[in-house]
Amino acid sequence: MSFEDLHLGSIVVSTVRNAPVLIFAAMAGLFAERSGVVDIGLEGKILASAFVSAAVAFATQNPWYGILAGMGVSVAVALLQGCIAITQKGNQLVAGIAINITMSGLTFVVAQYFFQQGGRTPDLGEARLSEIVLPGSAAVADVPVLGWIWTQLLGGHTALVYLAFALVPLVHWVLYHTRFGLRLRACGENPHAADAAGVSVERTRYAAMLIAGILCSFSGAYLAIVQSGFFLRDMSAGAGYLALTAMVFGNWRPFYTFLGCLMFGFFGAVQIQLEGVDLPVVGRIPGALIQMVPYVVTVIVLAGLMAKSVAPKAIGVPFVKSR
Amino acid sequence: MNNDLPRWATGIVLPLLNLLSALLVTALVIHLLGEDPVESMQILINSAVVNPEGLAYTLFYASTFVFTGLAVSVAMQAGLFNIGAEGQMYLGGLGLTIAMLAFDASLPWFLLIPAGMVGAALFGALWAFIPGYLQAKRGSHVVVTTIMFNFIAASLMNFVIVKYLIPPGEQNTASRVFAPAAELPRLSDWLPVLGDTPLNISFFLAIIALAVYGVMVSRSSWGYKLRATGLNQHAAHYAGVKISAMIIATMLISGALAGLGAVNSIMGSTHYLSLNFVGGAGFIGIAIALMGRQHPVGIFLSAVLFGALTQGGFDLSLEKPNIPPEMVILIQGLIILFCGAMEYLYAPALIKLIKGKQA
Repeated sequence: MSFEDLHLGSIVVSTVRNAPVLIFAAMAGLFAERSGVVDIGLEGKILASAFVSAAVAFATQNPWYGILAGMGVSVAVALLQGCIAITQKGNQLVAGIAINITMSGLTFVVAQYFFQQGGRTPDLGEARLSEIVLPGSAAVADVPVLGWIWTQLLGGHTALVYLAFALVPLVHWVLYHTRFGLRLRACGENPHAADAAGVSVERTRYAAMLIAGILCSFSGAYLAIVQSGFFLRDMSAGAGYLALTAMVFGNWRPFYTFLGCLMFGFFGAVQIQLEGVDLPVVGRIPGALIQMVPYVVTVIVLAGLMAKSVAPKAIGVPFVKSR
Repeated sequence: MNNDLPRWATGIVLPLLNLLSALLVTALVIHLLGEDPVESMQILINSAVVNPEGLAYTLFYASTFVFTGLAVSVAMQAGLFNIGAEGQMYLGGLGLTIAMLAFDASLPWFLLIPAGMVGAALFGALWAFIPGYLQAKRGSHVVVTTIMFNFIAASLMNFVIVKYLIPPGEQNTASRVFAPAAELPRLSDWLPVLGDTPLNISFFLAIIALAVYGVMVSRSSWGYKLRATGLNQHAAHYAGVKISAMIIATMLISGALAGLGAVNSIMGSTHYLSLNFVGGAGFIGIAIALMGRQHPVGIFLSAVLFGALTQGGFDLSLEKPNIPPEMVILIQGLIILFCGAMEYLYAPALIKLIKGKQA
């Protein structure tokens, strides 16, 4: 057992590659929830987008058309969710759960109908997003540490990875430094005050759901077009709930939420690396137990033992204009 | 909005309209898949209700669903949204299995069956206790913690089954098969017309549980406090209800009920604990609680409906090449969507209709 056996470098790189699925979804959830709409339906939107992205990318042999189509369907689902939560004033938790279950069934049924491969889409092959090679990679490739950083850590990813990481400061700026962000937060904290100040709570929440739909679609597209190269039944495997957790962990703030996503990405990478490796003192740790760690950490955070997590005050409450 | 409607309208007409909408969307999907919706519906009804063996399967599935439905319902009465019935039932299966593995060689059946039920209820309750305690004492929201606990349960059970329960030399990720004394008596022993179906005495346990729930919630003083907590926590607090104790007690009962769902699945059918044996029954419990409006009769009818969908959907997939078994998941989702999230979709139109008649 030596340090190299831990493959620290590859753990870091796969953390970076695991995180975007969660970052996109968590930022999507952040917009929805900061506006006052609970978004348990992230999982369903990810699945819908993953399937449509993969199917369209395969049919057109162009990943960008896939991403675009995934965006369309994810936005449609988000607006349906918004319609229930905002216009119908229905139960938002139930709507989210219903969307997740419906999408889990629908994507399989449609995938099976079109491709007859057990609810899978064919391999995308060339229709996947290509990895970006940073300039000068060939020159520094053999330099010990710098070469690894330049070619593996910073370079060699697809455009969506860079978009995910760039999204965090952007979301922070939108939330805290724009008029829209102020209004969004007001709708989530005190919709009646926002309403009295002349902000249309309904319109703001719909805008938030629209953004959530767009952002969430990247998560599904990344999963299908970048990570695996096909759509598989229930391939999101709880990523939507994980993103939600990262958001709760991060106290509904973009940067801390991002850290939560990295934590989950890290544990996902560690789990794969440590499978069957003998560690000093503790011996072999089964993957199932490592898998548990982020959830346990989140429960501890929720219990207020590390930091207090405070949700937006008006979250989950339909806004009824008072007279 | 629902206050403008008489009780029969919110209790019967609206759920029926919502259910019909869900089935209509399903029919549309079936049509788009190139199959005949009417014929499909006939196959489904025939194999789930008309054929006695099919009916037995329907009631078998329903027996599990009654327990998960009750678990979610009792929590809902107190204003708690327990999404964790899935994990609680999973852990209930573990409690049951531990009891069986320890005693099935030594105890007779009339002690084994209660032992299994106690094990299941105990473990289910324990798994719900932590989220309940955290909600009551630390204010962490039960929705989020129960979701976490579903994931933790899945990992934990994976670990426990693989590491401790697989008998040496076996490849299948499952515990050993229990002794025959641990099998619940099947109804087909008395009614041969039911054929070789797993419908067993836990169907009657489910009926008893429904009756006890009905009496406890709407006839006992505890039930009154429970509903008061759900309607207005602050008012209940000032009326002398200990809210945190109420929340913890409710979650314990909820978890125990969810855990009991494992009795039918394991002792009534497979006779061993396997990976992912719950298969979404906990989430179906949410749909059942919502559609049944947390009323015992409603819960029973919804549980039978979902049992019929599970059974009929399976047969439908055998007969129709374009309809896979996963179609049932889609239908379940649509029913939750229409009956749970959009429950008052038709309320304005219905109000207009009734008011128009009176005028």
